[in-house]
Amino acid sequence: MAIPPFRYFNYEFYMNNRSYFKNNKLAAVLIAPQLFLIFIFFYWPASQAIYWAFTTQPPFGGGNEWVGFQNFQELFNDKVYWNSVYISIKFAIYSTCLSVVLSSVMALCVDRQLSGYQFYRFAFFLPYAIAAPAVGLAFRFIFAPDAGFISIINNYFPGSWNPAMNGHDALVLIVLANSWKMAAYNFIFMLAALQSIPRSVVEAAAMDGASFLRRVWDIQLPFLTPTFFFLLVINITESFVDSFGIVDITTGGGPARATDLMVYKIYTDGFKGLDYSMAAAQSILLMIIVISLTFIQFRFVEKRVHYR
Amino acid sequence: MNKFGLIVGMAASLVFSVNAQAQQRVKFEYWHGLTAQLGEVMEAHCKRFNESQTKFEAVCIGQGGYDKAEQNTIAAYRSKQNPTLVQIYDAGTVNFMLSGAIYPANQLVKDFNLKINWDDYFPGIANYYATSKGEMWSFPYNSSTALMYWNKDAWAKIGKTKAPETIEEWMADLRKMKAAGVECGFAFDYDTWMAMEQFSAIHNQPIATKSNGYEGLDAEVVFNKTIFVKYMQDWKKALDEGVARIQTAQSGKTKNQAFADGSCASMLSSVADHGVMNSTVIPGMNWGVAMLPVYEGTKRQNSLVGGASLWVMQGKSKEEYEAAAAYLQFLAQPTEAQWFSTVTGYIPVTNSGFKFMNENKFYEDKKYAGRELAIASLTATPPSALSRGIRLGNFTQIRAEVRAELEAAFTGKKDMQTALNDAADRSNQILRRFEQTFKGKNLP
Repeated sequence: MAIPPFRYFNYEFYMNNRSYFKNNKLAAVLIAPQLFLIFIFFYWPASQAIYWAFTTQPPFGGGNEWVGFQNFQELFNDKVYWNSVYISIKFAIYSTCLSVVLSSVMALCVDRQLSGYQFYRFAFFLPYAIAAPAVGLAFRFIFAPDAGFISIINNYFPGSWNPAMNGHDALVLIVLANSWKMAAYNFIFMLAALQSIPRSVVEAAAMDGASFLRRVWDIQLPFLTPTFFFLLVINITESFVDSFGIVDITTGGGPARATDLMVYKIYTDGFKGLDYSMAAAQSILLMIIVISLTFIQFRFVEKRVHYR
Repeated sequence: MNKFGLIVGMAASLVFSVNAQAQQRVKFEYWHGLTAQLGEVMEAHCKRFNESQTKFEAVCIGQGGYDKAEQNTIAAYRSKQNPTLVQIYDAGTVNFMLSGAIYPANQLVKDFNLKINWDDYFPGIANYYATSKGEMWSFPYNSSTALMYWNKDAWAKIGKTKAPETIEEWMADLRKMKAAGVECGFAFDYDTWMAMEQFSAIHNQPIATKSNGYEGLDAEVVFNKTIFVKYMQDWKKALDEGVARIQTAQSGKTKNQAFADGSCASMLSSVADHGVMNSTVIPGMNWGVAMLPVYEGTKRQNSLVGGASLWVMQGKSKEEYEAAAAYLQFLAQPTEAQWFSTVTGYIPVTNSGFKFMNENKFYEDKKYAGRELAIASLTATPPSALSRGIRLGNFTQIRAEVRAELEAAFTGKKDMQTALNDAADRSNQILRRFEQTFKGKNLP
């Protein structure tokens, strides 16, 4: 999913001066192409999905039968569906925490401009340029219990790592793979935010004798809170809607549905099972969850974020 | 030449070349669902057809997997971009029969006067793809059945030169081999095709009521009430005792790889893997294939066919159907059956193809020895109501449910009977949903 650049620095401007276009016609013309694209690629498909969600539909199309809320009722009564919701939430929280923490450490280190930092800056961003299935494949090989690099721990502690048999290990595996990829993305934002902190502030603290960790804790991290908030929103959304490629390659949703994330279940029900209406109903629910999570974050978490 | 002249020249030559080709050959599109080595064979088969005559041209497009071939065909049909001919796997048969999007094979044969003798097909193969009235709506193509692959060297360690014939004997052998130093006697994964479908057929056990669904969309699964449960419990016991292992891509090696590198002494797989196994086993390893073992005292039934058949789709021109018909006629020749079986592990689908290959001493070649067991297994008995095939709506999802519950049972999260009961409950929900989606329609 493409993520539009988030200009957190505009917030200050936005909050203080509410500026607006006086020329509404010009504004309409300017935003029309964008609106048209959004309509074609979002509103129109979404409205189709909503229609499908309230019908049963044979795979070859034609003959949608209106069933009201039946698809949703079946989902709400389905233990397997709730399991998938639960796992998706767990996955979102773990991988967001891990990737945000990891990326801030990386960014703080690169920001110190130690020798060779240009190389690290480049290298840390690379993982995000790799397609999710490729990430999945790499992690599957590296973490394969029989043959991967990690299999060495099974030599010392037999049976301690086996994502093919142990659902917990499988979840750890996809969290690691997803965080590795997302940390690269987060890193760019963290680094940009760190570099926009006025050097004079940090340098003044250094001259006052504040240690590196003290400066990080009292100056740099507080400056980063808007970025943290932005990344929180993006990462949680991303791990709900964009984790499909990794799951498909590494675990295939198993073992015993331990990694059957919501988005993966939509894929298996819709494309493998050819039950388009059930998949559409699940997409609607996923959309509602993502929208409400984002709403909650803006409503409650944002209040604790200081923009200056 | 100036720029304008160049463009005009290019445009003209393009128009002429398109015209010239159109005059030469009638093209039709054919989508197949095989990948890697087998995908190349599909392309080669089209090439052989294109080189064998000058009137028609098959345009073969691989879709990257059986399930993708089905998904893409459905999507294409819905936007009226579908191919003329498509290869659809066994589990997609019901969807296509009910789709209203196909041109039944028997109708095509009649309309274009093809020389296809439906009685020539092995009954085990024909019945799987036939309607309940016995009409063929698709052309059986790449066909296989399951066999047991066994490592002769491992069995030699316990002084045996023959593969086990019963499950009891097999399980006892696994334990003896463990004592003789064979770490892993049997590798398996969660694929239900070998474990559930083939097992139920050769033991003449139902997977669902209404003759496995052939007699109506209101069938219910019953696999949780047959000796299939005991079979899985036996596997679980072997796993717990450490004489069997689960080998999947996620664990690092598939069961086929674990067999080929000698680390596991037996596994169940499709005869289609015979060719690949030949080229991947470690040098010097002695191995063979055998019919799937059965429980003591069981009269062996025919096993089920697996693989795919070719469906002709609606909405194409007469010329395209003519071209597709020519291709299907081409495939039906015994020489093509032999070529296809030589380059893959698939079996001939007709009696005449099998006879032709026997006359050419195909099965006496050491490389192909053992593949005749697949035919023997498939034709062990005339198909019964239960070994004819499986005709359940959305069977792909049912397989996935059984697979997920088997995972739960084999990883110790659930007891086997509970897991299979859960799988059956969920499978029945899928069947009811399918019945509702196709309300008012009957299986042909």
